[in-house]
Amino acid sequence: MLDRRDVVRALLEDRGDLLVVAGLGASAWDITAAGDCPNNFPLWGGMGGAAVLGLGLALAQPQRRVLVITGDGEMLMGLGALCTIAVKKPANLSVVVLDNEHYSETGGQETATRHGVDLAAIARGAGIADSRVVHGAQELGPLRQAIHATTAPLFANVKVAPGNHPLVLPPREGAYLTARFREAVLGPAAHHQL
Amino acid sequence: MDRDALEMRPDAAADWPDRIFDILKAHGITHVALVPDAGHARLIRRCLADPAMTVVTLTTEEEGVAMLVGSWLGGAKGVLLMQSSGVGNCINMLSLPVLHRAPLPMIVTMRGDFGEFNPAQIPMGNAVQPTLEAMGTLVRRADVPQDVPAVVDAVIRLAFNTYRPTAALLGQRLIGAKTFGKD
Repeated sequence: MLDRRDVVRALLEDRGDLLVVAGLGASAWDITAAGDCPNNFPLWGGMGGAAVLGLGLALAQPQRRVLVITGDGEMLMGLGALCTIAVKKPANLSVVVLDNEHYSETGGQETATRHGVDLAAIARGAGIADSRVVHGAQELGPLRQAIHATTAPLFANVKVAPGNHPLVLPPREGAYLTARFREAVLGPAAHHQL
Repeated sequence: MDRDALEMRPDAAADWPDRIFDILKAHGITHVALVPDAGHARLIRRCLADPAMTVVTLTTEEEGVAMLVGSWLGGAKGVLLMQSSGVGNCINMLSLPVLHRAPLPMIVTMRGDFGEFNPAQIPMGNAVQPTLEAMGTLVRRADVPQDVPAVVDAVIRLAFNTYRPTAALLGQRLIGAKTFGKD
């Protein structure tokens, strides 16, 4: 079974100017373990909001590629976002769920995906045509390439092993995370434009 | 019972929705997230008709809170349009603009507020202002048409000048109360 840290490291290899949003908890620790940088926006809260936050970013920056990495529990809390994304069809947005079928931050309780709920089928049903399930390491290279070459939204449900990794925490100050990200995307004008 | 009695809209002669649209344009707002409400129908039509506006219809209002944080991260200015009942769907998600100091103006058409007919609108309508304020949102309201432009303008300025969620509550008195034909 795939290891979530290996998956994230593989997907973020040679990422160029890829913008990355991570859902709260383990996904945020995973992108930080792969290397914290201003083009990362790790969330500390707002459970259920990661994918649609990525939509807002993708619509505001249509020439940049946006990747949302989140967990199955976080995605399950905001399934409507898949409909909202499918309707807007941003060409530059990918959503990757690291599906370990558990709420790993809260004691390892089972999520709905443990009981057969198929997030990729839900995404496909919403209208995201390229919705895939990833089980093997050999599928990560093609997924990474697709993230950099999409012409329509992409959804991938990557099955990963349950269990917790050592904490690798990103900065916690929300204003700092916002300011460094906006400066990375918009330049120094980010702090002056109104 | 006719549809007009079910879905109260502002009087066709009322032009405050057009004034709101003008204010959005004047502030350079290009991204509009919304869950439809009859009270916003005219403003929504104006936004949809403008090719310079990106309009996103949400499945629930809390999506709009997260989405507009993303818009801000990407350098775009947005606004969230909803009915008062939708405010209740936003509460925890308002953590994001508070934590991240992201401007988030909301324009809320009120129900359960003034001459309401539907008892189900009262609990949330009555709770809109205290719950928004409990989540760090600055709230201003307009109850007569001549106050709408100033209140909406103030709420947008407060959001983008001071980096926080703000809300303009448009009182039900502006919009009319649903009567379900009982008047």
